[in-house]
Amino acid sequence: MTPATLYGLCSAVLVGAGLYGALVNPQPLRKILALNLLGSGTFLLFGVIARRGAAAGLGGDPVPQAMVITGIVVAFSATALAVALLLRVYQETGRTTLEQPAPKDVV
Amino acid sequence: MSLALLADAALVLLVLGLAFWINAASRAFPAVVGYVAFGLLLALAWLRLSAGDVAMTEAAVGSGVTGAVLIAASVRLRSAETEAPPPALPLRLLALLLSGLVTAALAGLVLWTTGPAPSLADQAVQHLPGLGMGNAVTGVLIAYRALDTLLEKVVLLLALMGIWSLAKDRYWGGIPGPSRIQPTNGALILLARLLPPIGIVVAVYILWVGATDPGGAFQGGAILAAMWLLVMLAGLRDAPAISRPWVRLCVTVGPAAFIAVGLTGFALPNGFLSYPDSIAKPLIIAVESVLTLSIAVILGLLVAGPPERQP
Repeated sequence: MTPATLYGLCSAVLVGAGLYGALVNPQPLRKILALNLLGSGTFLLFGVIARRGAAAGLGGDPVPQAMVITGIVVAFSATALAVALLLRVYQETGRTTLEQPAPKDVV
Repeated sequence: MSLALLADAALVLLVLGLAFWINAASRAFPAVVGYVAFGLLLALAWLRLSAGDVAMTEAAVGSGVTGAVLIAASVRLRSAETEAPPPALPLRLLALLLSGLVTAALAGLVLWTTGPAPSLADQAVQHLPGLGMGNAVTGVLIAYRALDTLLEKVVLLLALMGIWSLAKDRYWGGIPGPSRIQPTNGALILLARLLPPIGIVVAVYILWVGATDPGGAFQGGAILAAMWLLVMLAGLRDAPAISRPWVRLCVTVGPAAFIAVGLTGFALPNGFLSYPDSIAKPLIIAVESVLTLSIAVILGLLVAGPPERQP
């Protein structure tokens, strides 16, 4: 087994773990974390593909590597915006979950 | 199994262990701390995949700046954190099945396609001398796929506008973040006085060396932003009111310069965002320098959050 294959398998598990966490965890902050895991797994898969495309004396294909750098930045932007939205929801409602309050609270 | 592969396997196990911890930790704060460690270990994995530029970005942005945002949020939400019940067991099993299928499909893809991947490395290296560069990744970012990089900066700006627009009406144009009690942590204040001069030199070096070695505008900008955040955290300087003209100028000057140079591409060489060969290198350095400044200010303000105080 080559290192690239090993990291490829690692990325596959990371994507699965991120997807599961985003689906199952009820806390929005934990969902944001899980989506970041999912993103990291996807980027790592790109890195493995880049490594397998090593040519011209480079350790990997620079095009997917550059795309991953752009991807990390965009993922950060999305995370920062999502966290700001979550904090605003907390300021407005005093709650950190997205579930509807129980009927007795509404009255 | 060689020794290097054994080290790889250990790193993969650590990364996966932290990933499960991030999902399973009962409170948000330990999970976020796990995420920061996860990002740093992932940066090592990127080094093992011969992607030094990505490793630096992952350590600085994926782990560092993202970690700062998440830690601040988890601390503010800590008092209100409630034990929300997880979904019912059948739903969890269904989610497990779905994630398992996705993982199996990706793992199959990795295992069955073992040959060399199609690569643009040759073409990328071929035209680098014309740009006066040695680092192919910087070449791709700033020249071949410059439109992606430009749009990435626009995404950063849009995220900043989105965060600012979450301010309450009476705080519009005000100072980001809640007012802090001045910390009396002597070590932090000393660090915030000693480290920034060194950090600024390192950031400029990373920017300059990006032409030939791992580094570049984004990595340099992230280090500058970290220095600024350190000064703000130590309470030496407050965050600026977002209505200040210099703040608006700093966040827009980078993308604006990029677009301006891109538009001159219409008049001189082949089209939007192409550089004339003779002055490609000076133009690229100029664009990267102002981009670094904009990136640093935007990253710092993204971490600082929406205005929550009167200017």
